[in-house]
Amino acid sequence: MALITVKDLALAYEGHVVASDISFEVNSGDYLCIVGENGSGKTTLMKALLGLMKIHSGSITFGDGLTQTQIGYMPQRTDIQKDFPASCKEVVLSGTLGNKKFHPFYTKEEKQRAQKNIALLGIEDFQNKSFQDLSGGQQQRVLLARALCATEKLILLDEPVTGLDPLVTAEMYSVIKELNEKHGITVIMISHDIAGAIDEASHVLHLHHKPLFFGKKEDYLLADASKDFLGGETK
Amino acid sequence: MTLTEIFTDPLMTQIVLKALVVGFLVSLCSSLLGVSLVLKRFSMIGDGLSHFGFFAVAIATVTSIFDFTLKGKQFSLALEFEMLVVVIVAIILLRLKNSKTKGDAAIAIFSTAGIALGSIVYNATGNNTMDVCTSLFGSSNIFTISDSDLIFSLVLSISILVIFVLFYTRIFAVTFDSDFAAATGIPSNFYNTMIAILTAVTIVLGMKMMGAIMVSGLIIFPALSAMRVCKSFKSVVLVSAVFSVVCFFIGFFIACTLSFQTGPTVVTVDVAAFILFILISKIKTKIHGKKA
Repeated sequence: MALITVKDLALAYEGHVVASDISFEVNSGDYLCIVGENGSGKTTLMKALLGLMKIHSGSITFGDGLTQTQIGYMPQRTDIQKDFPASCKEVVLSGTLGNKKFHPFYTKEEKQRAQKNIALLGIEDFQNKSFQDLSGGQQQRVLLARALCATEKLILLDEPVTGLDPLVTAEMYSVIKELNEKHGITVIMISHDIAGAIDEASHVLHLHHKPLFFGKKEDYLLADASKDFLGGETK
Repeated sequence: MTLTEIFTDPLMTQIVLKALVVGFLVSLCSSLLGVSLVLKRFSMIGDGLSHFGFFAVAIATVTSIFDFTLKGKQFSLALEFEMLVVVIVAIILLRLKNSKTKGDAAIAIFSTAGIALGSIVYNATGNNTMDVCTSLFGSSNIFTISDSDLIFSLVLSISILVIFVLFYTRIFAVTFDSDFAAATGIPSNFYNTMIAILTAVTIVLGMKMMGAIMVSGLIIFPALSAMRVCKSFKSVVLVSAVFSVVCFFIGFFIACTLSFQTGPTVVTVDVAAFILFILISKIKTKIHGKKA
């Protein structure tokens, strides 16, 4: 069974349908890239996957032992976080809170889990530094480590390379690829950086209120949907 | 009144001690909640709540409908009434945050309306300006509190402290990133409502001593000052708590000795300490160089 099965999904804001007829599935080990222009319904779809908004019609089913709250979500950085006093460790640890019985404080096991992900993303050296003092790329690594604390199986990345310079962008992509290939973590990525993102992905969902394409990357590159969108950027 | 008078006259000592205990607990609660509120860009909520609280105080003071005598003993439910009103306002403000009237506008509406309505109530009943002044800026002579109000305040403020400690990790998660928290199954809305209600309760507890206009100072200054010098959430919370309590004690004794009003004196001490913290952070950056 697939990790996520989306069937005939329609999503609406205050009664206005913004995206419809969405069907796709995500299997264990996939690297799905969701692309589309601004306002095409990408963010809305992401919120629905996370359970942050109600579904208008259709269904999202989780399988293979995955539940909705076990998605490791990596959001875009917010304004509030720019001057937020929090050590990186505190941020990463907060990822462990969702899926547990109520303990007021972090258990030893949760602290170990956080340390493991801190090591995995190579951020040990600045784990006690303040989040606001880090560079954009370092902040993204911290948020990715937090996402990993919330999941064993699947991460959902919202524009992970926005605002990063080309070198750091490449680093970010290779970190994500490593998680996908070496650690078997399924990846769903929403991205504006279409050319770069498609290089990485195994599957593509191209959204423009309705899906224009869903399938393997190789097929997407041959499909009509990719032509206008990618222009001459890819081979 | 001098300090020696306070400590030689047993009756006076008792009154001052009661006021100190309530002030201590309220300063502590407000500084803790303040960290989350300031970081969520919700600093003004204290003003909205307390200014509307002024209206509730006016009604209770003028009409005395909440004061009654039972078996020869005097009781007052004024504090309970004020709390109910302010908690309701807090819930409304939170609901309005996502509606057409945005957060800051909604707070401004309640803030101004509260002061206007409160003043009208005092005007209409020909109450003297002394009452108005006291409810706006706090008690001018020593603050007296009935035993039942004292117990009520103690129970509530200690509950707030316990709740804050128990939910500390989740309050951090929800403050730092509400969406992420919700996505991992933490009921963000529940915690946001909880913080708003606890804030409302704290405001009402502090309002009589500090005054409706001044009480929100207890919420913002400790957090803002601590954020100047601390880099982790835990240290901000701790420094904020110590800052709030120390400033309260200093302000309280200055007010006693010089017969100033408690609210403005404590807030002035807060402002002075805040400026001191800004200077410290400037010197710190000079020494350690620009931050990365």
